Amino acid sequence: MDEFVIRALLAGGGIALLAGPLGSFVVWRRMAYFGDTLSHSALLGVTLGFLLGVNPMIGVMVVCVSLALALVALQRRRNLAADTLLGILSHGSLSLGLVALAFLETLRVDLMAYLFGDILSVTDGDLMAIYGGGVVALTGLGLLWRRLLAVTVDEDLARVEGMPVDALRLAFMLLIALVIAIAMKIVGILLITSLLIIPAAAARRFARTPEGMAALASVLGILAVIAGILASLTWDLPGGPSVVVAAAALFLLGSLVPLRR
Amino acid sequence: MSIPHPSRDGSALFTGPLAWTEDLTVRFGRRTVLDRVNIAVQPGEVVTLIGPNGAGKTTLVRAVLGLTAPDGGRVLRRPNLRVGYMPQKLSVDQTLPLTVRRFLALWRPVTADKVAAALEEAGVTRLADSAVQTISGGEMQRVLLARALLGEPDLLVLDEPDQAVDVHGQAELFNRIAQVRQRRGCGVLLVSHDLHTVMARTDRVICLNGHVCCSGRPEDVSRHPEYHALFGGHARDLAVYVHHHDHAHAEDGKVVHDHDGDCCHG
Repeated sequence: MDEFVIRALLAGGGIALLAGPLGSFVVWRRMAYFGDTLSHSALLGVTLGFLLGVNPMIGVMVVCVSLALALVALQRRRNLAADTLLGILSHGSLSLGLVALAFLETLRVDLMAYLFGDILSVTDGDLMAIYGGGVVALTGLGLLWRRLLAVTVDEDLARVEGMPVDALRLAFMLLIALVIAIAMKIVGILLITSLLIIPAAAARRFARTPEGMAALASVLGILAVIAGILASLTWDLPGGPSVVVAAAALFLLGSLVPLRR
Repeated sequence: MSIPHPSRDGSALFTGPLAWTEDLTVRFGRRTVLDRVNIAVQPGEVVTLIGPNGAGKTTLVRAVLGLTAPDGGRVLRRPNLRVGYMPQKLSVDQTLPLTVRRFLALWRPVTADKVAAALEEAGVTRLADSAVQTISGGEMQRVLLARALLGEPDLLVLDEPDQAVDVHGQAELFNRIAQVRQRRGCGVLLVSHDLHTVMARTDRVICLNGHVCCSGRPEDVSRHPEYHALFGGHARDLAVYVHHHDHAHAEDGKVVHDHDGDCCHG
């Protein structure tokens, strides 16, 4: 097997492993559209990174977190529904990213690679970012697991029990931003959310505990990555979309399996 | 007071109320929902808030819990007071696979033995391995009681527990709470619409309508003119009931004497 294939499998597998538990939380907290909004803003982060001469991943983190905070502030006003606000921020920031990128005429950026990912051109640096960031994100999630579940079940109850609800929500947004930053190059900003939610949604029917659902989501995600990359190599298909198609196929297959009650 | 004070952690050193408010004022926009409200809950005491819709009962409870910030006045608690909160209802998203047992373990590190004991005390042991989404409203109320008990509360706060529960389940739940109060000596603050239930099972009633209209022993409040002004016809029904209020009927119809502290309170 060629080295670039191994790197693609390692990168995709690492992201799928991380996306299992985090994506489960995105599903439980009904934040799929929120994740989409954050990832759409990532292109603006990349541009900012280039402009300021810092690593694009840092630019993405900064923009994602700023957007999350802006959203929290806007939601306090309550004269617009959350999905409308998300729609404005999502498409507004994506378009702003595209426009900003067009202004940087001297910069040759492979736009398609950022939008849809380029899983077959993973570098050693990417792998380090994925596994380094992945260890940080999984450790953080593990430490906050019980309290994040409590906040997900009922924020008022969590508050009465003395949990720092706002800090926990912010921590969760940071974790999502981190995943977007490291997964962007692999599956692309338009498809990151699908890697978070499709395996988790597919795992739901078969899980009896939150941990079971998270673990199964990771396994299904890794299977989708392997299937997608192999399909991409065999039929010369785009890598990121192939992975997502494989995940969606797993979801469909899973929903056809009869469950004994 | 015939009910013993809580004696854990030196909390018996404190002789004042568990929690109280001083001129608590809450506004939503321009509307003043609570206007200089003063209430207190003593150890071992069952205090019931009644009042018409929009009277600010839920807001008062949320302020005592620290969920709503006061616009004026203060909410005070004993140091290290443990509060067990039972919300009106709780619905867990269908996407989250969660058994009752696991739900109870989310709020603090607890042993399996303690979870089992709380399930037993709330009478829901048989539900331990059910998914939380599949149990009825009445069952959920008792699961929420078990959850509150796991925190070994000094003060139990219940918001309108009767709404999601049928009459039978409601009586059952109140009997459980009366037992818990007796066994643990905790104070209880509850919000209720159901005047009959209130009269039979409470030490003190606070009649609220933005401000405290009147408060005192149930039979005294039921004679208060402000109370009659608020509840009108219902209040007359109640006066008949109060006459018989020294017992309630258990599920099997037996008479249960359930207001043990009666001669001492007030």
